[in-house]
Amino acid sequence: MSKQTPSQTVGPFYAIGLTRTPMHAMVTDETRGQRIVIEGQVFDGDGAAIPDVMVELWQANAYGRYNHPDDKQEKPLDPAFTGWGRSGTDENFFYRFNTIKPGPVPGANGTVQAPHINAVIFARGMLVHAYTRIYFSDEPANDGDPVLQSIKNKARRKTLIAAHRDRDGKTVYLFDIRLQGENETVFFDM
Amino acid sequence: MQIPEYNPRDWRSHPPYSFKAYGSSVKRGPLKKLVPIKQTLSEVTGPLFSGIKLDAGENDLTRIAGSAGEALGERIIVVGRVLDEDDKPVPNTLIEIWQANAAGRYRHAVDRHNAPLDPNFTGAGRCVTNDRGEYRYLTIKPGAYPWLNHPNAWRPAHIHLSLFGPSFVTRLVTQFFFPGDPLIPLDPILNSVPTKSGRVRLMSSYAHDVSEPEFALGYRFDIVLRGRKATPFEGHP
Repeated sequence: MSKQTPSQTVGPFYAIGLTRTPMHAMVTDETRGQRIVIEGQVFDGDGAAIPDVMVELWQANAYGRYNHPDDKQEKPLDPAFTGWGRSGTDENFFYRFNTIKPGPVPGANGTVQAPHINAVIFARGMLVHAYTRIYFSDEPANDGDPVLQSIKNKARRKTLIAAHRDRDGKTVYLFDIRLQGENETVFFDM
Repeated sequence: MQIPEYNPRDWRSHPPYSFKAYGSSVKRGPLKKLVPIKQTLSEVTGPLFSGIKLDAGENDLTRIAGSAGEALGERIIVVGRVLDEDDKPVPNTLIEIWQANAAGRYRHAVDRHNAPLDPNFTGAGRCVTNDRGEYRYLTIKPGAYPWLNHPNAWRPAHIHLSLFGPSFVTRLVTQFFFPGDPLIPLDPILNSVPTKSGRVRLMSSYAHDVSEPEFALGYRFDIVLRGRKATPFEGHP
């Protein structure tokens, strides 16, 4: 058995290779589902917003199916939605995605997971990427979500909930990510 | 529903989030214990890019597509295989590549190193593994460059690689290095890898069988992504 190749940081110049073309618009006019914007900042241990950070999202479509051969659910695929996106930061150090709200997907042991988006964070200074999840503040199914409910500390659980607001007729979810500190975002080992 | 599961991240292979000698990791690496979760469809699926159509020349960093000029520097051919932990090839997986030019300068606004930019070198490329998990691209050997981590700090020559593999949990961003580089023992980023065997796995090797006469030198760098967990009942009826 071979051993995993070690991770290394993306460094300060990842934009050359990874974000030179925008990949944060995950929808086209044909994509099914409720349009949402996901945005936020990523903060370091001093509470400063990080400019050289990159976020990637992976999510199910509006019906709750992933565009992947190992998702064998009998739900429709959406040919106008891959479920993947990538964003660096803008001049105010915000990352931002245009996507749709995903449907619920199955969890472990016959459970159903609340709608959520899977996220990975890369930055200069991060030797290994960090995995987290984005849940929605106005989603009643959160109360039954096995992953959210497995986090007993309510303040920590709250770090995974994106705050709903309406702006210029758009549904926006704010999801700030704190790499350290009192309100450090929950990151997963999986 | 039965889903495949992947082996956990091997924390003997990967660096810790916070590594004192690499200054910027100290305030940016998560400090709280990671929360373990059982793999679900959310983790075992992921973007595949298997149908991606690369433009001609994306695997040749020595030229900017549509231009006649050639990048300055020592031409190298980089080959390797992408495998999982069971040595099974990972086919049709996207590899994104970025690097400094031969003088040790990145084409990036933040790079203030007083070394020349090369008008014929962007430092970015992409390739996809074939059915046997093999990849190949042409570039120039990057230069070492200074950084501000500690006094007289220099990064050894390295090339950045980004890979997805078959699932969300197989994602990997790494860098590889060149044999014989005197800066290697001094590099806190490479030395953040906790084991010597792990650090050795980030070294490419000179591959004379890949070198092409009167053209370019060959280097080989194999990459191992997280593999699938063995099914407990497999082979035990």
